[in-house]
Amino acid sequence: MRTYIIRRLLLIVPTMFLVSILLFLLIRLIPGNIVDQMIRERPFSMDAARAAIEQELGLDVPIFEQYGRWLGVLPGVDGSFNGIFQGSLGNSLWTNEAVVKLIINRLPVTIELVILAILIMIIISIPIGIYSAMRQNTMGDLAGRSFATVLIALPNFWVGLMIILVASIWWGVSPPLRPISFIEDPIGNLGQFIVPALLLGMAGTGTTMRMARSMMLEVLRQDYIRTAWAKGLKERVIIMRHALKNALIPVVTLVGINLAYLVGGTVIIETVFSLPGIGRLLVESTSLRDYTIVSGVAFFYAAVLIMVNIIVDLTYGYLDPRIRFK
Amino acid sequence: MGNRTTDSSLDKVVKRKRHSRLVDFGIRLVKEKPLGAVMGVVTILLLLVAIFADLIAPYGMNETGVADFLAGPSFAHLMGGDQLGRDMFSRIIYGARISVIVGLFATFLSIVVSLTVGGLSGYIGGKFDLIVQRFVDAWMCFPELVLLIIIMSFIGPGLWNVIIVLALVFGIAGSRIIRGAAMSVKENAYVQAAVAIGCSTPRIFIRHILPNIMATTIVLFTVRVPASILAEAAMSFLGYGVPPPTPSWGGMLSAEGRTYMFLSLSIAIWPGLALSTVVFSVNMFGDALRDLFDPRLRGGTRRYGMKVKNPQ
Repeated sequence: MRTYIIRRLLLIVPTMFLVSILLFLLIRLIPGNIVDQMIRERPFSMDAARAAIEQELGLDVPIFEQYGRWLGVLPGVDGSFNGIFQGSLGNSLWTNEAVVKLIINRLPVTIELVILAILIMIIISIPIGIYSAMRQNTMGDLAGRSFATVLIALPNFWVGLMIILVASIWWGVSPPLRPISFIEDPIGNLGQFIVPALLLGMAGTGTTMRMARSMMLEVLRQDYIRTAWAKGLKERVIIMRHALKNALIPVVTLVGINLAYLVGGTVIIETVFSLPGIGRLLVESTSLRDYTIVSGVAFFYAAVLIMVNIIVDLTYGYLDPRIRFK
Repeated sequence: MGNRTTDSSLDKVVKRKRHSRLVDFGIRLVKEKPLGAVMGVVTILLLLVAIFADLIAPYGMNETGVADFLAGPSFAHLMGGDQLGRDMFSRIIYGARISVIVGLFATFLSIVVSLTVGGLSGYIGGKFDLIVQRFVDAWMCFPELVLLIIIMSFIGPGLWNVIIVLALVFGIAGSRIIRGAAMSVKENAYVQAAVAIGCSTPRIFIRHILPNIMATTIVLFTVRVPASILAEAAMSFLGYGVPPPTPSWGGMLSAEGRTYMFLSLSIAIWPGLALSTVVFSVNMFGDALRDLFDPRLRGGTRRYGMKVKNPQ
């Protein structure tokens, strides 16, 4: 087990390295240039100014040198090492603010959204999924499955939009423009985040529900469940004590997989509900072509997802001894 | 051979079984998955609407002023008019075409990408597989939507841009599944036999590997079509997808018309409703197809999976 953990942790290094190369190439090689945009916004700037701007932003050197600066192995424009190795993701090309600081400022909103979404997802999906499996092919099962399919099919941005519109037209309520701090006003904070979180986890709730159902069905067909029935145990005991633990193991992975979708989904939900999270930061900086923020945010996402995947794998190994001792 | 021509009863059995596999499959679909069959009909309807949009839509998709500004529904304008007096019904009809084009083309291209990257990586294996897979690993570290947004924001909005980017992003993500399938097919004796008689690698790949990973590919296809439609809508909603005035369902919900939605709910209701219906029915249809394709799920079961009849 320990060697497995160490190996997984060591594998982070090459993966992150490839992530950084991929990201850098992706962003710098795609046409569309921040300098053009800056020149358009500065009325006094002529072609001569272009070189100055490029030099100021460090875009005048070859791409591998830019990459080296970004990583922090080559000196930057001002001659200092300021890159990923130094724990920095560079500065915004427009405002010169540190990208790490921007991300940290926006982090609480996104984290709260994602955590709430996961909690809601688990609370709704697992009981319904298990009930569906227990009563396979009954009306209750059909209702549960249809519910799951509807959740997957509904576009969350549309539902969010409709909620905002209806609340505003019928009750004159509109979502607050600033995020409410959980510490200052817990109820107001939850009131602000509960609907976005619900919508964020909507599709994930559907898939988890289906996964929980099919896993439960598989487990219920095992011999040891038949033995438990034959022993005359109550249904509740069989489900809760014998079946549930084994059925939920793959669901743990699904929560991990869903996290990637949730993180992606925050971009939409934060835009719909005007919540100042990391997703909004990404949307705002793409329209400004602020490369450093875009790559910084994407790099941050990738780092988080890699960590989560490792945690999920380790949890999996912990829950299922058959994997652990392989 | 001789027996078959003389035994008339056997002849009858052979004859009765002689409709095409497609018809057989259709009959099984209706019998075993009635709901899936209904959704299949809805899916086909969607296709027809998309193909014949020009004939069905009473007005052009960008004809302004044909309806009253934010008009309510009437017989002339079934879904009312939008903020420029365009007929909503016509725009929804043309929107179906956009969704179908994106759903089919993006998925088809993504499957091509998956088959090329995943199939080759799985079949060739070795160092090639190792290197390609590390890049796929890195690629999959990013949330799909984030990748879509980043690439789209740089190459700019546009229908074919959306399709190509979706194909790339979904294609690389799906290549893992195809790779797994290719790796297991590769182990079969018939592949070794083909190698032994000296078939070239491209021939083995096309004649022996590809046909045998088709089931997985079809399943991937059924999952990706609704996913692509939704992704396009989300991109257009955020303003990275199909640009206005093209009537994409997602784009019709975007910021452009947002202020008018407070005046008339219907311009927000119809595109979302159309989108949800389509994604729902394509999903259900795809699920039904998948269940029928998967032999493990065949056969009836009662509560707690005690088998009623032996599926074999």
